[in-house]
Amino acid sequence: MSDDIKPRIRVQAKAKKDEVIEVKTLITHPMESGQRKDADGKLVPRLIVSGFAATYNDKPVISATLEPAIAANPYMSFFLRVEESGTLKMTWTDDQKQSWTAENKIEVG
Amino acid sequence: MQHLQPAALGRRKALARAGGYGLAAIIGVLAARDAAATPDAAKEWLAALAKGAPRQGMVTLQAPEIAENGNAVPVTVSVESEMTATSYVKALHVAADGNPNPGVASFSFTPLAGKAEVQLRVRIARTQKLVAVAEMSDGSVYMASREVKVTIGGCGG
Repeated sequence: MSDDIKPRIRVQAKAKKDEVIEVKTLITHPMESGQRKDADGKLVPRLIVSGFAATYNDKPVISATLEPAIAANPYMSFFLRVEESGTLKMTWTDDQKQSWTAENKIEVG
Repeated sequence: MQHLQPAALGRRKALARAGGYGLAAIIGVLAARDAAATPDAAKEWLAALAKGAPRQGMVTLQAPEIAENGNAVPVTVSVESEMTATSYVKALHVAADGNPNPGVASFSFTPLAGKAEVQLRVRIARTQKLVAVAEMSDGSVYMASREVKVTIGGCGG
């Protein structure tokens, strides 16, 4: 199951200096809420992506704590002020401390 | 007169039965209420994260008025504030007051974000209010709320 988990990012590759750009992210994950019952009527244990953080050139931009109320395949968009060329790094962490990262380079020109 | 009696009994029985169903339905509703978060639980959840009495304003919470499918309701929360080193939005918390758990998500920003706006897709179990609370760098707290009506709940059973 965890092999299918893959982050997808949409962000422009070029930006003007000090431009504020939108970053759209999605990670394929079932976000098992801990409320759902399986076919035998047993509760499916909670397993969600509960942590998210984004850094630009290793400087923090945004971080988030997600709760089971976030829909499956969590989609998130946020903004970033691009002061210089660099790398946007995003990390998702699930309840079992498994994590996935994605990196996007943005060029100022 | 005699042939009226069975009918009266029948009606009485029917009434008793209806009363029984009514009671069961009320108990069912109460049980469902207990399982879900209440507006108070949502307030507590938010109060634990953002200290101080929230004021209205600054925060905009966008969500559809009627969500056909509660499994993934698009929600946009934005805060009208500059994002400079001295004045910025520190954190943004989103709660739902009718879900099994009140919390939805909690964000913290740095001025590098440029704009305090996030977009999410939220599970909404039933018609309820979404609440967003923003914490500013100067310690002030602002909030906004919005009711979302749901036709099909999003907490899979």
